Amino acid sequence: MQVLEVSDPKQAKKLVEQMYEDLERRIAASTANCPVEFTAILVKMLNTQSCGKCTSCRIGLKQLGVLIDKVLDGKAEPKDLDTIEELAKTVYLSADCAIGYEGGAQALRSITAFKDDYLYHIKHNNCGVQFASPVPCVSGCPAGVDVPGYLALTVAGKYADAVHLIRKDNPFAAACAMVCEHPCEFVCRRGMIDDPINIRAIKRYAIDRSTDEQAPAKAESTGKKVAVIGGGPAGVSAAYWLACMGHEPTIFEQRKQLGGMLRYGIPSYRLPRERLDSEIAYLASAGIEVKTDIAVGKDISFEAIRQDFDAVYVAIGAHSDNKLGLENEDADGVMSAVELLRLVGDNELPDFTDKSVVVVGGGNVAIDCARTALRLGAKSAKIVYRRRRSDMTALPAEIDAALSEGCSLLDLNAPVEIKVEDGKVCGLTVQQQIVSTVSNGRAQVKAAQDTPQTLSCDLILVAIGQKIDSQAFADSGFGVNRGCLVTADDSSVVGLEGVFAGGECTTGPASAIAAIASAKTAVKAIDTYLGYNHVITFGGDIPAALAKPKPYCGRTNTYETISHELAGDFSVTEKGLSEEEAVQEIGRCLRCDHFGPGALRGGRNLSW
Amino acid sequence: MVERVNITIDGKAVSVPEDMTILAAAEGEDIKIPSLCFYWGVNDCGACRICCVELEGSDQLVASCNNRVYEGMSVKTDTDKVRRTRYTNLELILSQHEVKCTSCVRSGYCQLQELANDMNMGELRFETSAEPFVWNTDIPVIRDASKCIKCMRCVHVCDHEHQAVGIWDLKNRASRKTIGVSNNQVMEESPCTYCGQCIIHCPTGALRERDDIDAVLSDIANPDITTVIQIAPSVRAAWGEPLGLSHDQATVKLLAAALRRIGFDYIFDTDFSADLTIMEEGSEFIERFTHRDDYAWPMLTSCCPAWIRYIKGQHPDMIENLSTAKSPQGMLGPVIKTYWAEKMGIDAGNIRVISIMPCTAKKHEAAIPNLQDAGFGPDTDYALTVREIDRLIKSSFIDCSTLQEEELDSPLGIGTGAAVIFGATGGVMEAALRTAYKLVAGENPDPDAFFEVRGLDGWKEAQYEINGLVVRVAIASGLANAEKLIQAIKAGEVEYDFVEVMSCPGGCVNGGGQPISTSLARAFVRGEVLYGLDKKSEYRFSHENPSITQVYEEYFGAPLSERSHHLLHTDHHGWVMPSNGK
Repeated sequence: MQVLEVSDPKQAKKLVEQMYEDLERRIAASTANCPVEFTAILVKMLNTQSCGKCTSCRIGLKQLGVLIDKVLDGKAEPKDLDTIEELAKTVYLSADCAIGYEGGAQALRSITAFKDDYLYHIKHNNCGVQFASPVPCVSGCPAGVDVPGYLALTVAGKYADAVHLIRKDNPFAAACAMVCEHPCEFVCRRGMIDDPINIRAIKRYAIDRSTDEQAPAKAESTGKKVAVIGGGPAGVSAAYWLACMGHEPTIFEQRKQLGGMLRYGIPSYRLPRERLDSEIAYLASAGIEVKTDIAVGKDISFEAIRQDFDAVYVAIGAHSDNKLGLENEDADGVMSAVELLRLVGDNELPDFTDKSVVVVGGGNVAIDCARTALRLGAKSAKIVYRRRRSDMTALPAEIDAALSEGCSLLDLNAPVEIKVEDGKVCGLTVQQQIVSTVSNGRAQVKAAQDTPQTLSCDLILVAIGQKIDSQAFADSGFGVNRGCLVTADDSSVVGLEGVFAGGECTTGPASAIAAIASAKTAVKAIDTYLGYNHVITFGGDIPAALAKPKPYCGRTNTYETISHELAGDFSVTEKGLSEEEAVQEIGRCLRCDHFGPGALRGGRNLSW
Repeated sequence: MVERVNITIDGKAVSVPEDMTILAAAEGEDIKIPSLCFYWGVNDCGACRICCVELEGSDQLVASCNNRVYEGMSVKTDTDKVRRTRYTNLELILSQHEVKCTSCVRSGYCQLQELANDMNMGELRFETSAEPFVWNTDIPVIRDASKCIKCMRCVHVCDHEHQAVGIWDLKNRASRKTIGVSNNQVMEESPCTYCGQCIIHCPTGALRERDDIDAVLSDIANPDITTVIQIAPSVRAAWGEPLGLSHDQATVKLLAAALRRIGFDYIFDTDFSADLTIMEEGSEFIERFTHRDDYAWPMLTSCCPAWIRYIKGQHPDMIENLSTAKSPQGMLGPVIKTYWAEKMGIDAGNIRVISIMPCTAKKHEAAIPNLQDAGFGPDTDYALTVREIDRLIKSSFIDCSTLQEEELDSPLGIGTGAAVIFGATGGVMEAALRTAYKLVAGENPDPDAFFEVRGLDGWKEAQYEINGLVVRVAIASGLANAEKLIQAIKAGEVEYDFVEVMSCPGGCVNGGGQPISTSLARAFVRGEVLYGLDKKSEYRFSHENPSITQVYEEYFGAPLSERSHHLLHTDHHGWVMPSNGK
């Protein structure tokens, strides 16, 4: 019997590995399917990995597949779910190795979490999972932007039409072209072939070339007044659509300018101010009255606004900062990310010349703070994060850019003490961490046995998340849950007739596109509440999809222009796609609006 | 101006408009690409993968039904790769289709059967299994899931662009994907209009009407029963098609001859009661028009039972707008079971009224619980579709080409040209206007004076002045067009006095109970038959029908009389329609 084999990567092995990789890519590119169907196929696949020694794994996983198929075939009864649950538990409890017990655990999690879906199949012999759109990128975008449509318009050179089509669902086309977290790309079907389309970069390409934009189309005036509290992405989007519908929106904004986190959270090297300003000016031209420097709850009461308007939309965002909870946090030299980015947003640039800066946090805001610090003259910017780099919520490209610019990263280190000398910060003591148990799918950390070390610095920037300043609204009768304002599904505030809320003040910190999507829901509800049924429409034509060969082709990425002379330089760092790159990239689009399920029932909604 | 592009099909260079599909471009060159799920103007989702062709530069095939040509495109429609792929796809479709051709209602004109024959289909290489057939077979529209090939035509024809009810929806996912009644409803509790458009678009026997032939044959065989059959106006435009008869040959009198051979005792013409409808509905319109404030506007026609189901299901707030006049089928039944029975001295309880209708919804109308006004069970006992009557003729082994025309029975067998055109969109309106003119002006208009209401446009409108009274009329056919019209009325964008709606696009000539034809010109061709008959009719005004005069003199007195109200009008609130919850 041969016990040792010389490792020789044979062709067959390579091919099987390739198949695994293909499967991985395919799963990564899938929109969330029916959990019941997915579990059925999962237990069958896991069963193929079973060596066959143990009863519970060998037979149990197979019988799980049979039972779940019975559910999918509409032949099961509710009591079969008890059997499925007990069987999954048995596999989990009694299999000898991870192939079995992890399989059982996965099945168990599915049947527990998705019981309603199983029951729906049993009751209706139908799948209850509904998709917003059969087109994955459209479905993946919270606002449902017609991605294939604007890609096609862009490659046809109809840039203004492309921007109009985007604005139908997302008024902040230009801002999102620079900073969107592009959830559309995560589910792009092209990912099944090679790599997802670089959708955001194409959006930017269209925006960069769109010039002759016509004035917003407006419906006949209704004379209805709507107050919008908060001038961020949700508030301005809502006000824009409401104005297009013929209503009269007024935005109450507590800061000096509109834009919310787009202005006071994102530095201009990522989103140039002139782009943001011109976009907001365009949206306001639909007919939005703007009152800045007025804080609701302080300068004017919520009740007074409610009295004066036919409806109110509250979108105050999440602008108050989380604290480290360490002694000396109020010392000179400790600054919150919110405070720094707010100053930068109003172009009131603090001078960090020759300062050593430590940034605490692992999100995009922490990265923004570090990169901003260098632009304000800091001689160093060190990012301290208590978990691993791979756990950071900042986009990998942002982390890379920060490191390229000269920021440094100290992960697995938690701040434990702020060192102060003469009332001024002189250092941050950090404790080395080690990775620990997994909780809620995320690896926790715990303090290592090493002695803490002190990083000397002049400035500590705290970027560990934001929260909502909801007290004034709670006092006015809003429901509040974990700091978030509570609304019904249509974004109406229960108990306060004619009052609606949305954006980050109802969800906690999220993304611009999520805030914009929530504005869409609210606008529909407000319009209905006011007694109307307006539709927002794109009036143009979408170029037909053509059946062309689909050769494998890699994804074109944008890259950051790296400068080491950053002080004072807030110019945009991302280099957009060239024409050659954009045309090739758009050519990779599979036009899922026409091919596949998108062909059913027309594939798109040109109005909402 | 559509640009032209240069393409190559099977090596032949051609120049075609750029908005053409590969399939259409090939057809223009007399190159036949087989297709299955595709239906022009209704379904181009590319589900069946039969019409795939080879595209130069691509290893994969593309569907020709829904892909446009472009400059420099080169396709091959009949390579070995194409043939093998098509063949395998057809085998896959057949592997989930209950192949029971000999006992299938669609045998002989099933598109799947025809394609399998054309493609020289042999023994299947795959395991076969079909979805189970679970359905309430008492309702007019029957879906046999075991024969469904998931072409999606029914889903699309019932969608907002066509019939606007959305009864059919996709159900389940992946290999279990099928079609079901939307929102997990059961058909009989859904707001389905029973228009039957899904049936005439279905390529197989998966959708069909309830077959009532057997019950009718039992009545014919029963010596105690007198069978009376009526022939709807549009039947004469299409009944001969599946029997190989030309439209000139297939006259209503030839059909009468065939029906007598089958054994029906009396043959009447729904044209007679169409004229009766005009007398009642026309008078009702004048009554409403001269007492405007007492009624909801506009008045809506009531002769299409699918339209009544649509209004009741989708716009219950507009039921009052419907004319109370029964449909021609609905009027003839009680006239037969009262006036005619008395006249003939026949016990009405032993009369069975059977109708030949272009319609599946007429089966529902016959079963409406408050359409039993004669007092002898349902006023109409059985409503047969034209397809059923053709099957009955065939199964009686009657060769119509050897028959001589025979007259219909009197007095209920006489109709006018105004009644004949009921079968085409705009026809009811035109017939009503001809008589309304006479009622108001006291003299007949030129019978062709109202030609503006003719034609296949989905939404037509016209305005006529009669003795200083201005009447604004609109006509819609196809429920999506009707829906647009209703929305415009509700939004105050349009104002009409009288609106005619036929649920089926083009009217009853294209009804859901008509012979299944894939000819896209069918509504036009059949409509032309009706207008041709009108043109050469002896009488072209409903009020000039001598039998109409007779029946009013002998029985009803005058339109809108008490007896008319009892027998010829109905309360649309008298039965419950499942609503879509709007």
